[in-house]
Amino acid sequence: MLDAAVLIPLFPLAGFATLLVFGRRLGDPLAGWVATAAMGGAFISACVTFAGLLEVEGHDRHDVQTLFTWIHTGPLDVDASLLVDPLSITMALFVTGVGALIHLYSVGYMHGDPRYSKFFVYLNLFAFSMLILVLGSNMLVSFLGWEGVGACSYLLISFWFERKTAATAGKKAFVTNRIGDVGFLLAMFLVFQTVGSLDFADLNEASLAAGTATAIALLLFLGACGKSAQLPLYVWLPDAMEGPTPVSALIHAATMVTAGVYLMARTAPVLAQAPDAATVVAVVGALTALVAATIACAQNDIKKVLAYSTISQLGFMFLAVGSGAYVAAIFHMVTHAFFKALLFLGAGSVIHGLHHEQDMKRMGGLRKFMPVTAATFIVGWLAIAGIPPFAGFWSKDDILLAAFHKSPVLWAIGIVAALLTAYYMTRQVILVFFGDERWRNAPHGDHVEDAEEAQHAADEIARGAQEPHESPWVMTAPLVVLAALAAIGGGLNLPFGHQFEVLHNFLHPVFGEALVDNDSSGVLILTLAVLAVAGAVGGLLAARGSWWTSADRPSLEPRILQRAYAADEIVDAVVVRPGRAVADAAAMVDSRAIDGAVDGVAALAQASGQRLRVAQTGYVRNYALLIAAGTAATLAWVVFRTIG
Amino acid sequence: MTVGVEWYLTLAAALFTIGAVGLLVRRNVLVMFMCVELMLNAVNLTFVSFARDLNDIGGQALVFFVMVVAAAEVVVGLGVIVAIFRRRAGATADDLHVLKG
Repeated sequence: MLDAAVLIPLFPLAGFATLLVFGRRLGDPLAGWVATAAMGGAFISACVTFAGLLEVEGHDRHDVQTLFTWIHTGPLDVDASLLVDPLSITMALFVTGVGALIHLYSVGYMHGDPRYSKFFVYLNLFAFSMLILVLGSNMLVSFLGWEGVGACSYLLISFWFERKTAATAGKKAFVTNRIGDVGFLLAMFLVFQTVGSLDFADLNEASLAAGTATAIALLLFLGACGKSAQLPLYVWLPDAMEGPTPVSALIHAATMVTAGVYLMARTAPVLAQAPDAATVVAVVGALTALVAATIACAQNDIKKVLAYSTISQLGFMFLAVGSGAYVAAIFHMVTHAFFKALLFLGAGSVIHGLHHEQDMKRMGGLRKFMPVTAATFIVGWLAIAGIPPFAGFWSKDDILLAAFHKSPVLWAIGIVAALLTAYYMTRQVILVFFGDERWRNAPHGDHVEDAEEAQHAADEIARGAQEPHESPWVMTAPLVVLAALAAIGGGLNLPFGHQFEVLHNFLHPVFGEALVDNDSSGVLILTLAVLAVAGAVGGLLAARGSWWTSADRPSLEPRILQRAYAADEIVDAVVVRPGRAVADAAAMVDSRAIDGAVDGVAALAQASGQRLRVAQTGYVRNYALLIAAGTAATLAWVVFRTIG
Repeated sequence: MTVGVEWYLTLAAALFTIGAVGLLVRRNVLVMFMCVELMLNAVNLTFVSFARDLNDIGGQALVFFVMVVAAAEVVVGLGVIVAIFRRRAGATADDLHVLKG
C-alpha cells in the first residue's frame, strides 16, 4: 500500500493538467469541483499510504520510491524519488486534508470571479508542488517543489493583478523569497561538496565537521526564513494578504509557510551537530514570535492581524526547532494548520458576507448575522489563544516547555508572545462579532479601488443584500470540519504519559537522536502549563476590558505598531534605495562607457569613410587609368624580379 | 622570310596598346567599348599564337570562353549604352559620374 504514495502528488497534477486544458469550458463551478475532487483523491491516497506505513514496524518506516533517474552526470546522481516516512506522511496528510477543505471553500468563495477556473489551475499546481516538496527524498526534488510553491504563491498573491497593490505584493513576495532561496541553493552546494550526495538520508547519516554543520544549518535556515517569514525576511507575508482569502488560508497560513519548519525538521541531525546554529534558530524564532505579535495588536485589517499572527506562530515553531523539540514543532504546525486555516476561512466568510469589507473598525455584532462563522471562529480563537482543552494549548505548551529547557529567557519571550496572542485574537473576535453594528454607518464600497468591484458592491446593495449574510454551505462546511479539528487536534499528542504521545511515538524514528529529550518533572510541566494558561487568560481579559465597550482606543494602537515598526521604510532605506543607486551607477557606466565605446567604433568608421570617399570620382577614365597603372606596376615588378 | 610567332605577338601587343590607350583617352562611351573589345581580341590572338607555338590546344579552347563571355558582355554593355542614349543627348563618359563619392 506504500505504492500509493506516488498517487498523492499525481492527483493534483492531473487536476492541474485537466483544468489547464478544459478549465474554461468546465467553468464555474464545475472547474472548482474537479480541483476539489483531485485534492480529495490525494487525501485518500495519503490515507492509504499512511495505513501502509502503520503496517511496517516502527524503525523500518522509511521507504524510498524511485520513479526515474533524473540527473546522472559525473559524481552527481539525482533520482526523482519519493520518501515515505512518518514525517513526510504527516505533512502530506495535513496538506491534502486541509487543502481539500480549502479547495471546497474556494468553490463558494471564488464564485462569480472572471478568472474562476484559472484560480483552481494555480491552486492544484500549488498542491502538487507542495507535495513534491514534502515527499522529495533528496534536496533537489524538494527544491523543485520549493520553487514551485514560490511561483504559485506569486501567481496567487497577484491573482487580482488589476489592483496595483496586489501586483506589487506578489513581486515583493517573490523577491524576498529569492533571498532565502539563495541560502537553500548554497546549502545544497555545500552538502554535495562535503557529503557527495543530495539525499536527505545520506546527509542525515553523515558526521560533519562542526563548522560545516553550522554553515549548512544556517544556510538552510536562511532559506527557511524566506519561505516561513521569519525576521528579517517576514515583510512579504503581511502584503501577501492581497491575494484571495482561500490563498491566504492555504498557502500563507497552513501549508507553504510551514515548508521552512519542515526543511529544518527534515535535516534535524545536521542541526543537532551544530548547537550554535540551533541557538540562532531558537533566538530568531522567539524574537519573531514576539515582534509579530506586538504588531498584530494594532492592526485594523482583519487579514493583516491573522498574517502577523501567522508570522508569530511560525516563530514559535522555529523556537521549538532550535530547542531540539522537532515533534513539538510539527505538532504545532499541524494544530496551527487547523486553527489558522479556520480563522482565515472565517475571516474570508466575514469579508464575503460584508461585501469586501476588511476593516474591523467597520464590523461588529456579526454573530447574529453569521452564526456558523461566528461559532467556528470562536473555536479557532480559543485554540490559538491557548485555552485548554483546545488544540493550540497543547502544542504551544509543548514548545514553551522545550524552550524553558533551552533557556528560561526564551521561555519568557515565548510566554509574553503567547499572552499577546490571546490579547490580539480576543480584540479581533470582539471587534468583529460583538459590540455595536458599526457597518451600518460605514458606507459600503468607498474603500474599494477598482470600479468593477464598486459596481459589484452597488449591485448587491440594490438587490437589498445590504445586511450581512451567512455564507453558502460549501464555505461553512469546511469551517465546521476545521473547527472540530481545532477543538480536538490536541489529542494527537497529550503529555499524560507515553501511550498518549501518539505523534511523538510516530515521529520518533525519524528524528532519533537529534530529538532533545528532556526529563521534566511533573511539577515543572504543571507549573509551566498553569503559567501559560494564566498568560492566555490574562491576555484575553485585558483585551475584553479594553475593547468590549469601545472600538476606538487610539492609545492602545500606537502608530509605530500600526506601521509595523516602519519595517517597509527601513527596508526601503537600507536595501531598495542603495540598490537603486547601484543600478543608476551601472546604468551610467552602461550609457557612458560601454555605449561610448560602441558609438566610438561607429564614429571612427564613419570618419575614415568620409576621408576615403574622395577617391571615388565617378569618372570611368580615372578608374581605367588606375587599373592600367596598377597593371603596369605589377608587370614592372614581375619583370624586375625575373631579371633581378 | 618566315612569319614566326613573334610577328603575331607583336601584332597582338600593338592591338592591345591601341585598345588600352583608346580606352584612356577617348570620352565617347561607344568608342571606349570598342577599345575594350580590341583589347580582348588582342589577348585572344596571343592565346592562339601560343597554342600554335607550344602545340597546346588549351590556348585555343580558352579563346572560345573569352569570346562567349565577350559576347555576353557586349549584350549587357550595349544595353546599358542604349539606355543611356535614351535618357541623354550624347554618350560622354564624363557626364556619367553619379557614383561620385
